[in-house]
Amino acid sequence: MIIELGHFLLALALSLSIFQFLLPAVGVKFNSYSMMKSTSIIAYMSFILVLFSFASLVYAYITSDFSVSLVAKNSHSLKPLLYKISGVWGNHEGSLLLWVLILTFYSAAVAILGRRLPLKLLSLVLSCQGLIAAAFISFILFTSNPFVRIFFPNAEGEGFNPILQDFGLAIHPPFLYLGYVGLSVTFSFSIAALLVGKVDTIWVKWVRPWTLIAWVFLTIGIALGSWWAYRELGWGGWWFWDPVENASFMPWLAATALLHSSIVAEKRDTLKAWTILLAIIAFSFCLLGTFIVRSGVLVSVHAFASDPSRGLYILLLLVFFTGGGLALFAKRAPYLKSGSLFKPLSREGALVINNIIFASAAATVLLGTLYPIFIDAINNSKVSVGPPYFEAVFIPLMVPAILLCAFSPMLSWKRAIMDNIIERIIAVFICTLFLASLIIIIYGGSASAFLGLFLAFWLICGTLYEFLIKVGVKSSFKTFTQRALNLPRSAYGMSIAHIGVAVFIIGATVSSAWRIDIEKPIILGEKIIVKDIELTFKGIKKVEGPNWNADRGEFEIIKSSGAKYLLYPERRFYPASEVNTSEPAIMSGIFSDLYVVLGESLQEEDSYAFRIYYSPFISWIWFGIMLMAMGGILSLSDRKHRLGYGLKKV
Amino acid sequence: MNIAKIKRRKRLSILFLGFIAISISGFLILSASRDSLIFFYSPTDLVNKQEIVGKIIRIGGLVREDSIKLKELSEIEFIVEDGENYILVSYTGMLPDLFREGQGVICEGKIDENSIFIANKILAKHDENYMPPEVAEALKKTGKWKGEGDKK
Repeated sequence: MIIELGHFLLALALSLSIFQFLLPAVGVKFNSYSMMKSTSIIAYMSFILVLFSFASLVYAYITSDFSVSLVAKNSHSLKPLLYKISGVWGNHEGSLLLWVLILTFYSAAVAILGRRLPLKLLSLVLSCQGLIAAAFISFILFTSNPFVRIFFPNAEGEGFNPILQDFGLAIHPPFLYLGYVGLSVTFSFSIAALLVGKVDTIWVKWVRPWTLIAWVFLTIGIALGSWWAYRELGWGGWWFWDPVENASFMPWLAATALLHSSIVAEKRDTLKAWTILLAIIAFSFCLLGTFIVRSGVLVSVHAFASDPSRGLYILLLLVFFTGGGLALFAKRAPYLKSGSLFKPLSREGALVINNIIFASAAATVLLGTLYPIFIDAINNSKVSVGPPYFEAVFIPLMVPAILLCAFSPMLSWKRAIMDNIIERIIAVFICTLFLASLIIIIYGGSASAFLGLFLAFWLICGTLYEFLIKVGVKSSFKTFTQRALNLPRSAYGMSIAHIGVAVFIIGATVSSAWRIDIEKPIILGEKIIVKDIELTFKGIKKVEGPNWNADRGEFEIIKSSGAKYLLYPERRFYPASEVNTSEPAIMSGIFSDLYVVLGESLQEEDSYAFRIYYSPFISWIWFGIMLMAMGGILSLSDRKHRLGYGLKKV
Repeated sequence: MNIAKIKRRKRLSILFLGFIAISISGFLILSASRDSLIFFYSPTDLVNKQEIVGKIIRIGGLVREDSIKLKELSEIEFIVEDGENYILVSYTGMLPDLFREGQGVICEGKIDENSIFIANKILAKHDENYMPPEVAEALKKTGKWKGEGDKK
């Protein structure tokens, strides 16, 4: 009964969304105050309807109602509660419902927080959000209905992809979607601005925090996904340039560019048309990502059930929203008043280069991701574009971006003076060269390791130097602290995010340059020595989990300090879906991770295949990404970024 | 200089920088794609193709029943077939979780002079119901495809 109610509420939400699209559009056309005013109420209502609809599906999962087809296919009565709930979005239908839930949530948030926005602008934003919601809800109802019942339910459910039974992955899709869908808000704002024909400070003040919100969630979402891949897939890798990963990475690149261009738009009232274009492109990448993941046009290590009709529908949505947005842009953008001027050597100039680099990076990732589709269409042969392509293209593009990133915050707006900059660059350069060379001399390492370390130190030195200049290097302790406390939070946010990038680069560089792989059969009682760590294979035991049973290996680890640890890599078997998985055991530390994977038993007695990876500094990758997200949050908490700050009631 | 001129100059320099960035990336793409494109073949495609010996490619098909042989240490051999033709695959290393006889598989590696496929990577999917699209298509070509209902 509850499921039917959920289905009904979703259908109701569809008609409300259509209303939310039409009413303000008509209201703006005829300048009807009451029509525009009532849009907000519709936005709240459709959020509440979708929320209850979603809750009914969650309820079906928690109570293991296997008469619902989706629950029967994707859940199991023995699954832990957390994974029963995360199972709601662990499949196509449910994840789309989550998408729509977040979309309507953002619409409601815009409606509540936007009370002080010009009514016309707010109405048009909500109208656009309504159109997106209507498109996606009808997609759910007509091609991927999660509320379908089956008539002969089985008692247990068919389980759920056991490899997805992981905490990091359980919360990965909500974060990713909060980011994806957050970009729908900036998209709607851009469309509204183009329709109104005016991009003013109010508009920019609104777009920047929304971009930040989306960017922060997207960053965390991607980090969670890569963290999961590292811990679960058993290769010790953390990024594979897989189409599905690229699907989330392209919107991130576009959002990063948008984040930086909106600073220029806010501070200097210029680059507005470009910012609008980027917002449209960023959301298009989100739709493209949804298309890639859901249509299965590309082979991926993340296998999702895919269906051509669904792919076609999303492709149509993609073409409609991207094409519509771009066409509107082409028609209206020339009429936008362009703002103030600046010299190439200025903060704006540096940010423009940042934007060009990030846009090019997104374009090259897009090319590599879609290339197999083109080749298949042209001469019907199957190719895959591997990591070598992405590494060869992406890394060289990022090098100038990082070099620029260290000192562009030091440049003044409008026009910077070359002499001041050169002095600072030389100071940072000497410092960086010294640090990077020192490490390479002590530990040895390749040219690419040197490059990575150089970039990281360059960024850290530059950022710290810039901070010191801001608070005054030679000032007394008192004025120093006084100035440091008076700096806006957004300044700290930027510095922390940039340091986060450097920490990430250190993690990525060191973990690949100094990684040690051991892949070999190990006999019971055998000792292995990796660096200064001694591993002893103690034995194998059978263990039982809630919905699996496993062979559990036991390893004793003795560090050079004498500290002892035990590691338990497992090979699990899930009877519900007849799947074997290996659960790597990882000893994570600040300076190194030890990663042990148990393979199959070999013919020789007491011998098992093992993979052991020693990766120094690998945790810095996620630590760096989290610093980036924290920088974003700190920036968001800045007074002047609070939504609606400084706007008078209109 | 009047404002319009400065403006034009600003736009030109932006365009110019953009152009440089894009042409550099274009160049990078071209130089990268030569060895980073990996082509996919079914065992049938491989018949009479001498020119791909020694090149990194991907092959895919079904793992023939009872064909998995454990050789010394962790080296294994198995046969990948698409209903018409087959190829012997040799692989050293750990197998993915879902590697099983009768299942679809994609192997990455080279063909040696004895026409044995030396795999350095085995990709089996993380879902027991999932068939890699390339494998499905290769099976469809040879008429071995049994349709959606029979995948499991």
